[in-house]
Amino acid sequence: MLRIKNLSAGYGRLKVLRNISLHVNQGEIVTLIGANGAGKTTLLSTVCGLLRATNGEIYLQGRDISRQRPERIVASGCSLVPEGRQVFAAMSVRDNLLLGAFVRYRAAKNKRRSMDLKPVYQLFPVLKEREAQMAGTLSGGEQQMLAMGRALMAQPALIMMDEPSTGLAPMIVKNIFSIIRQLKDKGNTVLLIEQNARAALRIADRGYVMENGKIIVQGPAADLLANQDVQRAYLGQNVDNK
Amino acid sequence: MRHLKKYLPLAVMALMVTAVQLLTSYTGTAYYLTQLTITAYYGLLITGLCLLMGYAGQLSLGHTGFFAIGGYVSAALTTHDLTACRNDFFITLLNHAHLLISRHDIYGEPLITVKAWPACLAAIAAALLIAFIIGIPVLKLKGHYLAMATMGFGIIIFRIVMASTYFGEADGISDVPAFTLLPGLTVSGDFSYRTQNYYIAWGLILTGMFLLINLIDSRPGRALRAIHGSPEAAEAVGINTARYKLLTFVISAAFAAVAGVFLTHFNGGIGPSEASIMKSVRYVAIIAIGGMASLWGALSMGVILNFLSLRGVFGSYDDAVFGAILVLVMLFAPNGILRLPIWRKLNFRHRDG
Ligand SMILES: Nc1ncnc2c1ncn2[C@@H]1O[C@H](COP(=O)(O)OP(=O)(O)OP(=O)(O)O)[C@@H](O)[C@H]1O
Ligand SMILES: [Mg+2]
Repeated sequence: MLRIKNLSAGYGRLKVLRNISLHVNQGEIVTLIGANGAGKTTLLSTVCGLLRATNGEIYLQGRDISRQRPERIVASGCSLVPEGRQVFAAMSVRDNLLLGAFVRYRAAKNKRRSMDLKPVYQLFPVLKEREAQMAGTLSGGEQQMLAMGRALMAQPALIMMDEPSTGLAPMIVKNIFSIIRQLKDKGNTVLLIEQNARAALRIADRGYVMENGKIIVQGPAADLLANQDVQRAYLGQNVDNK
Repeated sequence: MRHLKKYLPLAVMALMVTAVQLLTSYTGTAYYLTQLTITAYYGLLITGLCLLMGYAGQLSLGHTGFFAIGGYVSAALTTHDLTACRNDFFITLLNHAHLLISRHDIYGEPLITVKAWPACLAAIAAALLIAFIIGIPVLKLKGHYLAMATMGFGIIIFRIVMASTYFGEADGISDVPAFTLLPGLTVSGDFSYRTQNYYIAWGLILTGMFLLINLIDSRPGRALRAIHGSPEAAEAVGINTARYKLLTFVISAAFAAVAGVFLTHFNGGIGPSEASIMKSVRYVAIIAIGGMASLWGALSMGVILNFLSLRGVFGSYDDAVFGAILVLVMLFAPNGILRLPIWRKLNFRHRDG
């Protein structure tokens, strides 16, 4: 589905990503964990085309997307749920969702559009209730759901989420993770970035650990959960005391 | 239902426009129509700028520049005598294309100029081209930087018309001929055309509002509001933000240029004050007081304030009044005066009673 080879990128002269290679297979949840500033968001921005890669290749479903504009990348099946949700605050929930399908429609086809909203409303019934409300007045959890719904509206082959659990109450976080799980069960492919490493590794198939712009550990999620270095650094466990 | 809500204000506006004309003719105050005509042309510029500022979130202090390009190019082409160079290849070409006209100026001297229609189209095309060319680099800027860059553009246009003899320096261009849109429809300040011109101006703004309302309600319109809300997220859902910003910039420049062309032919001339930076400040103040993302707010405030200003209500404090309005709105009514809580209170009382 997604294959990244020797990718390097950064901001101006600041190099953030160094020779990253990773892949996500069809139908998998892959999680990428790492400390603040490791370069996780930078990686997603580069895949989305918001940031130019200085080196390396990115293949989505076999096609090289590494030098394309964001709208082409979205159109070819890769959607982002951005860090901090970034909903369009002054627009209604419904308009936010329709914007998610922006690349799929050139002309206004009202009927097809409202049919399209159904799957998202099924997954997030609360969005249906709040359809006409301004997105900025939603709670944090609802905004996260909206950001996810918006990304799904593009009917992406791959959905990338940047720290969806940040700043949410434990109950809501649980809810969000169970929805990500449901997405997988429905056949979606997910690349999930998380600070909440334990929860992410529990629902993921595989995981990567990133440090200073490099992948330092990778493997099946269960192995990473059991890995002592990972436990010490990212799962907050004092392994030595056990 | 949706269409009703969308077009009802337009219908109401058309009725009001007609009612005002009938009222003035009934009460013998038809002289108001002249100022109302001028007000409508400024309103056209303001609604176009409102699309750019209020919806796409891009501040421009340079739109008097586009207004001036429209007005000045059309004025220059329709007044400069081409008799001396009528044998030049290019001029003969224009002549063969039936784009030239020979007429007599107010002193009875014969002269050859470009016809009003081609001059008007050339003026608008010039404004669009310039908007496109400066829009590409300038729209990469944000916030204050964008404001300063567009202001710089406005100042350049002002200095050009002030400095070049072709544009009449400080005197501007006068004796601009009437502009016959269609047989029987003439843009002219002549007394006998007054009612007609009132309807031309307001018909133009109704058309403009119709276009803008539909644009805002469409896919590009949603894209604009998304860019305003969060440019990064807009990119992430696949909106080419640079292209949409440029498109809006060019559209709003077109509105300004059309307003400039029509008002110049209506007034029979144009002077550098129309290109002054204070006019841009005035337009920005009006859009702010109208509530930024509100076409109807901007239009109604534009009509009221420009009409009062043209009636001379603010005296020589004209510019100061608009500057003060801008400060007061920013301090006390950042969402525009139509969204002040006081209206909501009045509304509730109304419902209770
Ligand atoms: N727009 C930017 N311009 C310059 N440097 C940036 C920019 N965005 C991020 N950086 C730098 O790039 C590095 C990686 O940042 P990035 O946002 O990718 O980290 P992250 O892994 O997502 O962290 P977090 O978990 O805190 O979100 C940091 O050192 C950061 O300072
Ligand atoms: Mg991040």
